[in-house]
Amino acid sequence: MTELRDAVSDPAWFDAALNRVAEEPGAIGGLFPAVSRRCGRAPWRAGWTVDDAARVALLTALPLRGKELVDEVTALYRYGDAAEKRAVLRALDRLDLGDGCVELVRDAIRTNDPRLVAAALGPYARHLDDAYWRQAVLKCVFMDIPLSVVDGLSERADAELRRMLAGLAEERTAAGRTMPADAVALLEAL
Amino acid sequence: MRIFDPHIHMSSRTTDDYERMAAAGVRALVEPAFWLGQPRTSVGSYTDYFDSLVGWEPFRASQFGIRHHCAIALNPKEANDPRCREVLPVLPRYLAKDGVVAVGEVGYDSMTPEEDEVFAAQLALAVGYDLPALVHTPHRDKRRGTERTLDVVKESGIEPGRVVVDHLNEVTIGLVAGTGCWAGFSIYPDTKMSPPRMVAILREYGLDRMLVNSAADWGRSDPLLTLRTGQAMLAAGFTEDDVDKVLWRNPVEFYGQSGKLDLSTVDSVEPTFEGNSILRGGG
Ligand SMILES: [Zn+2]
Repeated sequence: MTELRDAVSDPAWFDAALNRVAEEPGAIGGLFPAVSRRCGRAPWRAGWTVDDAARVALLTALPLRGKELVDEVTALYRYGDAAEKRAVLRALDRLDLGDGCVELVRDAIRTNDPRLVAAALGPYARHLDDAYWRQAVLKCVFMDIPLSVVDGLSERADAELRRMLAGLAEERTAAGRTMPADAVALLEAL
Repeated sequence: MRIFDPHIHMSSRTTDDYERMAAAGVRALVEPAFWLGQPRTSVGSYTDYFDSLVGWEPFRASQFGIRHHCAIALNPKEANDPRCREVLPVLPRYLAKDGVVAVGEVGYDSMTPEEDEVFAAQLALAVGYDLPALVHTPHRDKRRGTERTLDVVKESGIEPGRVVVDHLNEVTIGLVAGTGCWAGFSIYPDTKMSPPRMVAILREYGLDRMLVNSAADWGRSDPLLTLRTGQAMLAAGFTEDDVDKVLWRNPVEFYGQSGKLDLSTVDSVEPTFEGNSILRGGG
Protein backbone atom coordinates (compact mmCIF):
# COMPACT_ATOMS: atom_id res chain seq x y z
CA MET A 1 0.00 0.00 0.00
CA THR A 2 2.89 2.41 0.70
CA GLU A 3 3.99 2.07 -2.92
CA LEU A 4 0.54 2.92 -4.23
CA ARG A 5 0.32 5.83 -1.81
CA ASP A 6 3.55 7.20 -3.34
CA ALA A 7 2.09 6.90 -6.83
CA VAL A 8 -1.23 8.72 -6.29
CA SER A 9 -1.28 12.42 -7.12
CA ASP A 10 -3.16 13.49 -3.96
CA PRO A 11 -2.09 11.16 -1.11
CA ALA A 12 -3.94 13.19 1.55
CA TRP A 13 -7.22 12.75 -0.35
CA PHE A 14 -6.50 9.05 -0.84
CA ASP A 15 -5.79 8.49 2.89
CA ALA A 16 -8.90 10.41 3.88
CA ALA A 17 -11.01 8.45 1.39
CA LEU A 18 -9.72 5.10 2.73
CA ASN A 19 -10.49 6.14 6.31
CA ARG A 20 -13.91 7.47 5.42
CA VAL A 21 -14.90 4.28 3.60
CA ALA A 22 -13.72 2.17 6.55
CA GLU A 23 -15.91 4.18 8.93
CA GLU A 24 -18.85 5.04 6.69
CA PRO A 25 -19.12 2.49 3.85
CA GLY A 26 -22.03 4.33 2.17
CA ALA A 27 -19.64 7.20 1.38
CA ILE A 28 -17.87 5.09 -1.27
CA GLY A 29 -20.60 5.98 -3.81
CA GLY A 30 -19.50 9.63 -3.78
CA LEU A 31 -15.75 8.88 -3.64
CA PHE A 32 -15.32 6.08 -6.18
CA PRO A 33 -16.09 8.24 -9.27
CA ALA A 34 -13.63 10.95 -8.12
CA VAL A 35 -10.63 8.59 -7.90
CA SER A 36 -9.21 9.13 -11.41
CA ARG A 37 -9.33 12.90 -10.96
CA ARG A 38 -7.79 12.86 -7.46
CA CYS A 39 -5.28 10.01 -7.78
CA GLY A 40 -4.26 10.22 -11.46
CA ARG A 41 -4.56 7.86 -14.42
CA ALA A 42 -0.87 7.09 -15.00
CA PRO A 43 0.32 3.52 -15.59
CA TRP A 44 1.30 1.63 -12.44
CA ARG A 45 2.67 -1.91 -12.56
CA ALA A 46 2.01 -4.27 -15.44
CA GLY A 47 -1.33 -3.60 -17.10
CA TRP A 48 -2.60 -1.49 -14.21
CA THR A 49 -3.14 2.23 -13.77
CA VAL A 50 -2.95 4.22 -10.54
CA ASP A 51 -6.72 4.85 -10.52
CA ASP A 52 -7.46 1.12 -10.99
CA ALA A 53 -5.27 0.27 -8.02
CA ALA A 54 -6.63 3.09 -5.86
CA ARG A 55 -10.22 2.01 -6.56
CA VAL A 56 -9.40 -1.59 -5.70
CA ALA A 57 -7.86 -0.30 -2.43
CA LEU A 58 -11.10 1.57 -1.62
CA LEU A 59 -13.14 -1.57 -2.29
CA THR A 60 -10.95 -3.73 -0.08
CA ALA A 61 -11.31 -1.11 2.69
CA LEU A 62 -15.11 -1.61 2.79
CA PRO A 63 -16.12 -3.04 6.19
CA LEU A 64 -19.12 -4.85 4.65
CA ARG A 65 -19.87 -8.56 4.40
CA GLY A 66 -22.22 -10.94 2.66
CA LYS A 67 -25.21 -9.42 0.88
CA GLU A 68 -24.34 -5.87 1.93
CA LEU A 69 -20.96 -6.16 0.24
CA VAL A 70 -22.46 -7.75 -2.89
CA ASP A 71 -25.08 -4.96 -3.09
CA GLU A 72 -22.55 -2.12 -2.78
CA VAL A 73 -20.12 -3.67 -5.29
CA THR A 74 -23.04 -4.23 -7.69
CA ALA A 75 -24.17 -0.59 -7.31
CA LEU A 76 -20.65 0.73 -7.92
CA TYR A 77 -20.51 -1.29 -11.11
CA ARG A 78 -24.03 -0.27 -12.17
CA TYR A 79 -23.37 3.45 -11.73
CA GLY A 80 -19.74 3.33 -12.85
CA ASP A 81 -18.26 4.64 -16.07
CA ALA A 82 -15.92 2.33 -17.99
CA ALA A 83 -12.92 3.06 -15.72
CA GLU A 84 -14.99 2.48 -12.57
CA LYS A 85 -16.47 -0.74 -13.96
CA ARG A 86 -13.05 -2.02 -14.90
CA ALA A 87 -11.75 -1.41 -11.38
CA VAL A 88 -14.74 -3.24 -9.86
CA LEU A 89 -14.09 -6.23 -12.15
CA ARG A 90 -10.44 -6.26 -11.20
CA ALA A 91 -11.30 -6.20 -7.50
CA LEU A 92 -13.85 -9.04 -7.52
CA ASP A 93 -11.30 -11.76 -6.85
CA ARG A 94 -9.95 -9.89 -3.79
CA LEU A 95 -13.30 -9.46 -2.10
CA ASP A 96 -15.25 -12.04 -0.11
CA LEU A 97 -18.20 -12.21 -2.49
CA GLY A 98 -18.63 -15.90 -3.18
CA ASP A 99 -20.31 -16.08 -6.58
CA GLY A 100 -22.61 -13.13 -5.69
CA CYS A 101 -21.18 -10.82 -8.38
CA VAL A 102 -20.97 -13.24 -11.29
CA GLU A 103 -23.75 -11.28 -13.03
CA LEU A 104 -21.36 -8.29 -13.29
CA VAL A 105 -18.88 -10.48 -15.15
CA ARG A 106 -21.59 -11.63 -17.52
CA ASP A 107 -22.65 -8.01 -18.12
CA ALA A 108 -19.08 -6.96 -18.90
CA ILE A 109 -18.69 -9.79 -21.40
CA ARG A 110 -21.84 -8.62 -23.22
CA THR A 111 -20.34 -5.15 -23.85
CA ASN A 112 -18.31 -4.19 -26.89
CA ASP A 113 -15.67 -2.54 -24.71
CA PRO A 114 -12.38 -4.49 -24.87
CA ARG A 115 -11.23 -3.01 -21.51
CA LEU A 116 -14.25 -4.51 -19.76
CA VAL A 117 -14.24 -7.83 -21.57
CA ALA A 118 -10.56 -8.26 -20.68
CA ALA A 119 -11.07 -7.30 -17.03
CA ALA A 120 -14.00 -9.70 -16.76
CA LEU A 121 -11.81 -12.70 -17.58
CA GLY A 122 -9.60 -12.47 -14.48
CA PRO A 123 -9.58 -15.09 -11.69
CA TYR A 124 -13.19 -14.31 -10.65
CA ALA A 125 -14.38 -15.72 -14.01
CA ARG A 126 -14.00 -19.17 -12.42
CA HIS A 127 -17.60 -18.59 -11.23
CA LEU A 128 -18.86 -18.49 -14.82
CA ASP A 129 -20.36 -21.69 -16.14
CA ASP A 130 -18.28 -23.40 -18.81
CA ALA A 131 -20.55 -22.50 -21.74
CA TYR A 132 -20.49 -18.76 -20.95
CA TRP A 133 -16.75 -18.87 -20.29
CA ARG A 134 -16.01 -20.52 -23.68
CA GLN A 135 -18.15 -17.90 -25.44
CA ALA A 136 -16.16 -15.20 -23.68
CA VAL A 137 -12.85 -16.69 -24.81
CA LEU A 138 -14.14 -16.84 -28.37
CA LYS A 139 -15.31 -13.23 -28.10
CA CYS A 140 -11.75 -12.22 -27.17
CA VAL A 141 -10.56 -13.78 -30.43
CA PHE A 142 -13.24 -11.83 -32.34
CA MET A 143 -12.32 -8.58 -30.60
CA ASP A 144 -8.54 -9.07 -30.98
CA ILE A 145 -8.12 -9.09 -27.21
CA PRO A 146 -4.91 -11.00 -26.33
CA LEU A 147 -5.77 -14.36 -24.78
CA SER A 148 -3.18 -13.67 -22.09
CA VAL A 149 -5.95 -11.74 -20.26
CA VAL A 150 -7.85 -15.00 -19.67
CA ASP A 151 -6.92 -16.31 -16.23
CA GLY A 152 -6.28 -20.06 -16.09
CA LEU A 153 -6.81 -20.48 -19.83
CA SER A 154 -4.67 -23.57 -20.37
CA GLU A 155 -6.20 -25.39 -17.37
CA ARG A 156 -9.80 -24.65 -18.30
CA ALA A 157 -9.66 -24.92 -22.09
CA ASP A 158 -11.38 -28.16 -23.10
CA ALA A 159 -12.43 -30.22 -26.09
CA GLU A 160 -15.54 -28.09 -26.62
CA LEU A 161 -13.49 -24.89 -26.80
CA ARG A 162 -11.18 -26.68 -29.21
CA ARG A 163 -14.17 -27.53 -31.42
CA MET A 164 -15.37 -23.91 -31.36
CA LEU A 165 -11.93 -22.51 -32.21
CA ALA A 166 -11.48 -25.04 -35.01
CA GLY A 167 -14.84 -23.96 -36.45
CA LEU A 168 -13.81 -20.32 -36.35
CA ALA A 169 -10.46 -21.14 -38.00
CA GLU A 170 -12.32 -22.97 -40.77
CA GLU A 171 -14.65 -20.01 -41.40
CA ARG A 172 -11.74 -17.59 -41.42
CA THR A 173 -9.78 -19.74 -43.88
CA ALA A 174 -12.81 -19.95 -46.14
CA ALA A 175 -13.15 -16.16 -46.05
CA GLY A 176 -9.44 -15.65 -46.75
CA ARG A 177 -8.88 -14.18 -43.31
CA THR A 178 -6.45 -15.18 -40.59
CA MET A 179 -6.74 -16.07 -36.90
CA PRO A 180 -4.74 -14.19 -34.24
CA ALA A 181 -1.48 -16.01 -33.51
CA ASP A 182 -2.38 -16.70 -29.86
CA ALA A 183 -5.66 -18.36 -30.91
CA VAL A 184 -3.81 -20.55 -33.40
CA ALA A 185 -1.30 -21.51 -30.70
CA LEU A 186 -4.12 -22.40 -28.30
CA LEU A 187 -5.87 -24.50 -30.92
CA GLU A 188 -2.66 -26.38 -31.67
CA ALA A 189 -2.03 -27.04 -27.98
CA LEU A 190 -5.49 -28.50 -27.36
CA MET B 1 -16.41 33.57 -32.45
CA ARG B 2 -15.93 30.84 -29.84
CA ILE B 3 -19.12 29.80 -28.10
CA PHE B 4 -19.82 27.91 -24.86
CA ASP B 5 -23.54 27.09 -24.61
CA PRO B 6 -24.15 26.96 -20.85
CA HIS B 7 -27.57 25.28 -21.13
CA ILE B 8 -28.63 22.96 -23.93
CA HIS B 9 -30.36 19.55 -23.98
CA MET B 10 -28.39 17.64 -26.58
CA SER B 11 -30.05 14.30 -25.82
CA SER B 12 -33.07 15.78 -27.62
CA ARG B 13 -31.03 16.88 -30.64
CA THR B 14 -29.57 15.09 -33.64
CA THR B 15 -25.96 14.43 -34.53
CA ASP B 16 -26.47 16.89 -37.40
CA ASP B 17 -27.06 19.59 -34.78
CA TYR B 18 -23.66 18.85 -33.24
CA GLU B 19 -22.18 19.29 -36.70
CA ARG B 20 -23.96 22.63 -37.30
CA MET B 21 -23.04 23.88 -33.84
CA ALA B 22 -19.36 23.05 -34.35
CA ALA B 23 -19.44 24.89 -37.68
CA ALA B 24 -21.01 27.91 -35.89
CA GLY B 25 -18.18 28.06 -33.33
CA VAL B 26 -19.65 26.09 -30.41
CA ARG B 27 -16.66 24.43 -28.73
CA ALA B 28 -18.13 23.53 -25.33
CA LEU B 29 -21.50 23.13 -23.66
CA VAL B 30 -23.28 22.11 -20.48
CA GLU B 31 -26.30 19.82 -20.67
CA PRO B 32 -28.46 20.04 -17.54
CA ALA B 33 -30.69 17.12 -16.59
CA PHE B 34 -34.36 17.90 -17.26
CA TRP B 35 -37.77 16.52 -18.13
CA LEU B 36 -38.01 14.21 -21.16
CA GLY B 37 -41.35 15.53 -22.40
CA GLN B 38 -42.95 12.31 -21.21
CA PRO B 39 -43.00 11.21 -17.56
CA ARG B 40 -40.43 8.80 -16.20
CA THR B 41 -42.04 6.05 -14.19
CA SER B 42 -39.03 4.62 -12.36
CA VAL B 43 -35.62 5.52 -11.00
CA GLY B 44 -34.10 3.26 -13.63
CA SER B 45 -35.13 5.50 -16.50
CA TYR B 46 -33.57 8.41 -14.60
CA THR B 47 -30.25 6.72 -14.07
CA ASP B 48 -30.10 5.49 -17.66
CA TYR B 49 -30.57 9.13 -18.68
CA PHE B 50 -27.79 10.29 -16.34
CA ASP B 51 -25.56 7.59 -17.81
CA SER B 52 -26.07 9.05 -21.27
CA LEU B 53 -25.25 12.54 -19.95
CA VAL B 54 -21.90 11.33 -18.62
CA GLY B 55 -21.20 8.75 -21.33
CA TRP B 56 -22.85 8.69 -24.73
CA GLU B 57 -23.46 12.45 -25.19
CA PRO B 58 -19.86 13.48 -24.36
CA PHE B 59 -18.74 10.89 -26.90
CA ARG B 60 -21.16 12.15 -29.57
CA ALA B 61 -20.03 15.74 -28.94
CA SER B 62 -16.37 14.77 -29.14
CA GLN B 63 -16.88 13.59 -32.73
CA PHE B 64 -17.20 17.26 -33.65
CA GLY B 65 -14.53 18.62 -31.31
CA ILE B 66 -17.15 19.87 -28.85
CA ARG B 67 -16.47 19.39 -25.13
CA HIS B 68 -19.61 18.17 -23.35
CA HIS B 69 -20.19 18.62 -19.61
CA CYS B 70 -23.42 18.17 -17.70
CA ALA B 71 -25.40 19.15 -14.63
CA ILE B 72 -27.22 16.45 -12.66
CA ALA B 73 -30.43 16.83 -10.65
CA LEU B 74 -34.04 15.81 -10.18
CA ASN B 75 -35.96 18.43 -12.18
CA PRO B 76 -38.71 20.54 -10.53
CA LYS B 77 -41.63 19.02 -12.43
CA GLU B 78 -40.71 15.44 -11.50
CA ALA B 79 -39.91 16.44 -7.92
CA ASN B 80 -43.69 16.09 -7.49
CA ASP B 81 -43.67 12.40 -8.49
CA PRO B 82 -42.83 9.99 -5.63
CA ARG B 83 -41.54 7.45 -8.17
CA CYS B 84 -38.93 9.97 -9.35
CA ARG B 85 -37.99 11.35 -5.93
CA GLU B 86 -36.35 7.98 -5.24
CA VAL B 87 -33.49 9.16 -7.44
CA LEU B 88 -32.32 11.65 -4.78
CA PRO B 89 -30.18 9.13 -2.82
CA VAL B 90 -28.45 8.12 -6.07
CA LEU B 91 -27.42 11.67 -7.06
CA PRO B 92 -24.11 11.67 -5.11
CA ARG B 93 -22.85 8.80 -7.28
CA TYR B 94 -23.19 11.09 -10.29
CA LEU B 95 -22.23 14.44 -8.76
CA ALA B 96 -18.74 13.06 -8.09
CA LYS B 97 -18.14 12.19 -11.75
CA ASP B 98 -15.59 14.06 -13.84
CA GLY B 99 -17.94 15.63 -16.42
CA VAL B 100 -20.49 16.85 -13.88
CA VAL B 101 -19.88 20.57 -13.33
CA ALA B 102 -23.10 21.64 -11.57
CA VAL B 103 -26.27 20.57 -9.81
CA GLY B 104 -29.20 21.33 -12.13
CA GLU B 105 -31.77 22.08 -13.30
CA VAL B 106 -33.28 22.62 -9.87
CA GLY B 107 -35.93 25.18 -8.85
CA TYR B 108 -39.66 25.54 -9.16
CA ASP B 109 -42.26 24.41 -11.64
CA SER B 110 -45.61 24.76 -9.80
CA MET B 111 -44.20 25.86 -6.41
CA THR B 112 -45.56 22.89 -4.44
CA PRO B 113 -44.37 21.80 -0.97
CA GLU B 114 -42.66 18.79 -2.63
CA GLU B 115 -40.74 21.16 -4.89
CA ASP B 116 -39.72 23.26 -1.86
CA GLU B 117 -38.24 20.21 -0.19
CA VAL B 118 -36.43 18.83 -3.24
CA PHE B 119 -35.06 22.25 -4.23
CA ALA B 120 -33.59 22.84 -0.75
CA ALA B 121 -32.17 19.30 -0.57
CA GLN B 122 -30.42 19.71 -3.91
CA LEU B 123 -28.93 23.09 -3.02
CA ALA B 124 -27.52 21.36 0.07
CA LEU B 125 -26.01 18.72 -2.24
CA ALA B 126 -24.41 21.49 -4.31
CA VAL B 127 -22.77 22.87 -1.16
CA GLY B 128 -21.71 19.39 -0.02
CA TYR B 129 -20.21 18.43 -3.39
CA ASP B 130 -18.66 21.85 -3.93
CA LEU B 131 -20.58 22.44 -7.17
CA PRO B 132 -22.36 25.47 -8.64
CA ALA B 133 -26.14 25.25 -9.09
CA LEU B 134 -28.25 25.89 -12.19
CA VAL B 135 -31.67 27.15 -11.12
CA HIS B 136 -34.64 27.09 -13.49
CA THR B 137 -37.34 29.74 -12.97
CA PRO B 138 -40.97 28.78 -13.63
CA HIS B 139 -42.83 29.68 -16.80
CA ARG B 140 -46.10 30.40 -14.96
CA ASP B 141 -46.27 33.05 -12.22
CA LYS B 142 -42.67 33.91 -13.12
CA ARG B 143 -42.17 37.02 -10.99
CA ARG B 144 -43.45 35.38 -7.81
CA GLY B 145 -41.52 32.21 -8.70
CA THR B 146 -38.28 34.14 -9.14
CA GLU B 147 -38.71 35.96 -5.82
CA ARG B 148 -39.34 32.71 -4.01
CA THR B 149 -36.36 31.11 -5.80
CA LEU B 150 -34.06 33.86 -4.55
CA ASP B 151 -35.37 33.40 -0.97
CA VAL B 152 -34.61 29.67 -1.06
CA VAL B 153 -31.14 30.31 -2.49
CA LYS B 154 -30.46 32.77 0.34
CA GLU B 155 -31.69 30.39 3.03
CA SER B 156 -29.58 27.51 1.67
CA GLY B 157 -26.32 29.27 2.51
CA ILE B 158 -24.84 28.59 -0.95
CA GLU B 159 -22.57 31.39 -2.10
CA PRO B 160 -24.66 33.48 -4.58
CA GLY B 161 -21.75 33.63 -7.04
CA ARG B 162 -22.11 29.86 -7.42
CA VAL B 163 -25.75 30.09 -8.54
CA VAL B 164 -27.19 30.93 -11.95
CA VAL B 165 -30.86 31.88 -12.02
CA ASP B 166 -31.97 30.94 -15.52
CA HIS B 167 -34.72 31.71 -18.07
CA LEU B 168 -34.85 35.39 -17.01
CA ASN B 169 -36.47 38.18 -19.01
CA GLU B 170 -37.00 41.96 -18.84
CA VAL B 171 -39.37 41.55 -15.88
CA THR B 172 -37.28 39.21 -13.73
CA ILE B 173 -33.70 40.40 -14.38
CA GLY B 174 -34.28 43.33 -12.03
CA LEU B 175 -34.97 40.90 -9.18
CA VAL B 176 -31.71 39.02 -9.72
CA ALA B 177 -29.37 41.94 -10.51
CA GLY B 178 -27.61 42.95 -7.33
CA THR B 179 -28.10 39.61 -5.51
CA GLY B 180 -24.65 38.33 -6.54
CA CYS B 181 -26.26 35.43 -8.43
CA TRP B 182 -25.51 34.94 -12.13
CA ALA B 183 -28.28 35.76 -14.60
CA GLY B 184 -29.13 33.23 -17.33
CA PHE B 185 -31.13 33.96 -20.48
CA SER B 186 -32.58 31.37 -22.84
CA ILE B 187 -32.90 32.63 -26.39
CA TYR B 188 -35.82 30.98 -28.13
CA PRO B 189 -37.32 31.40 -31.62
CA ASP B 190 -40.74 32.57 -30.30
CA THR B 191 -41.03 32.52 -26.53
CA LYS B 192 -38.59 33.46 -23.74
CA MET B 193 -35.96 35.87 -25.16
CA SER B 194 -34.92 36.97 -28.67
CA PRO B 195 -31.42 38.17 -29.74
CA PRO B 196 -32.46 41.87 -30.03
CA ARG B 197 -34.16 41.82 -26.61
CA MET B 198 -31.06 40.16 -25.15
CA VAL B 199 -28.84 42.89 -26.56
CA ALA B 200 -31.06 45.53 -24.94
CA ILE B 201 -30.71 43.81 -21.56
CA LEU B 202 -26.90 43.62 -21.92
CA ARG B 203 -26.89 47.36 -22.68
CA GLU B 204 -28.87 48.11 -19.56
CA TYR B 205 -27.35 45.64 -17.05
CA GLY B 206 -23.80 45.19 -18.39
CA LEU B 207 -21.88 42.01 -19.20
CA ASP B 208 -20.82 40.77 -15.76
CA ARG B 209 -22.34 37.51 -14.49
CA MET B 210 -24.48 37.24 -17.63
CA LEU B 211 -24.97 33.85 -19.32
CA VAL B 212 -26.68 33.42 -22.69
CA ASN B 213 -27.93 29.97 -23.72
CA SER B 214 -30.06 28.35 -26.41
CA ALA B 215 -31.75 25.93 -23.95
CA ALA B 216 -32.47 23.96 -27.12
CA ASP B 217 -34.44 20.79 -26.42
CA TRP B 218 -37.20 18.72 -28.04
CA GLY B 219 -39.45 21.79 -28.37
CA ARG B 220 -39.28 24.49 -31.03
CA SER B 221 -35.80 25.81 -30.35
CA ASP B 222 -32.56 26.55 -32.16
CA PRO B 223 -29.05 25.63 -30.99
CA LEU B 224 -27.56 28.44 -33.10
CA LEU B 225 -29.33 31.29 -31.26
CA THR B 226 -26.19 31.80 -29.17
CA LEU B 227 -24.38 32.65 -32.40
CA ARG B 228 -27.26 34.91 -33.51
CA THR B 229 -27.05 36.76 -30.19
CA GLY B 230 -23.30 37.29 -30.66
CA GLN B 231 -23.97 38.62 -34.16
CA ALA B 232 -26.71 40.92 -32.82
CA MET B 233 -24.28 42.21 -30.17
CA LEU B 234 -21.70 43.06 -32.85
CA ALA B 235 -24.34 44.76 -35.02
CA ALA B 236 -25.37 46.85 -32.02
CA GLY B 237 -21.80 48.09 -31.48
CA PHE B 238 -20.45 45.67 -28.87
CA THR B 239 -16.83 44.58 -29.52
CA GLU B 240 -15.50 41.11 -30.36
CA ASP B 241 -14.07 41.04 -26.85
CA ASP B 242 -17.50 41.79 -25.34
CA VAL B 243 -18.98 38.91 -27.30
CA ASP B 244 -16.16 36.61 -26.18
CA LYS B 245 -16.82 37.56 -22.56
CA VAL B 246 -20.53 36.78 -22.73
CA LEU B 247 -20.38 33.70 -24.94
CA TRP B 248 -17.16 32.12 -23.71
CA ARG B 249 -15.36 33.59 -20.69
CA ASN B 250 -18.48 34.00 -18.51
CA PRO B 251 -19.60 30.38 -18.75
CA VAL B 252 -16.00 29.20 -18.32
CA GLU B 253 -15.77 31.30 -15.14
CA PHE B 254 -19.12 30.13 -13.78
CA TYR B 255 -18.71 26.38 -14.37
CA GLY B 256 -14.98 26.60 -13.68
CA GLN B 257 -15.97 26.98 -10.03
CA SER B 258 -16.63 23.23 -10.02
CA GLY B 259 -12.90 22.61 -10.46
CA LYS B 260 -13.94 20.00 -13.06
CA LEU B 261 -14.27 22.01 -16.25
CA ASP B 262 -11.86 20.42 -18.70
CA LEU B 263 -11.34 22.26 -21.98
CA SER B 264 -8.00 20.61 -22.75
CA THR B 265 -9.49 18.04 -25.09
CA VAL B 266 -11.53 20.43 -27.25
CA ASP B 267 -10.97 19.30 -30.84
CA SER B 268 -9.83 15.76 -30.02
CA VAL B 269 -11.92 12.89 -31.37
CA GLU B 270 -12.52 9.50 -29.69
CA PRO B 271 -12.93 6.71 -32.27
CA THR B 272 -15.60 4.78 -30.35
CA PHE B 273 -17.68 4.79 -27.17
CA GLU B 274 -17.54 1.41 -25.42
CA GLY B 275 -16.98 -0.12 -28.82
CA ASN B 276 -19.81 1.73 -30.61
CA SER B 277 -19.40 4.51 -33.18
CA ILE B 278 -22.01 6.97 -34.46
CA LEU B 279 -20.99 6.49 -38.07
CA ARG B 280 -23.08 3.42 -38.67
CA GLY B 281 -26.04 4.67 -36.60
CA GLY B 282 -28.54 2.46 -34.82
CA GLY B 283 -25.89 -0.14 -33.94
ZN1 LIG C 1 -33.47 23.45 -19.67
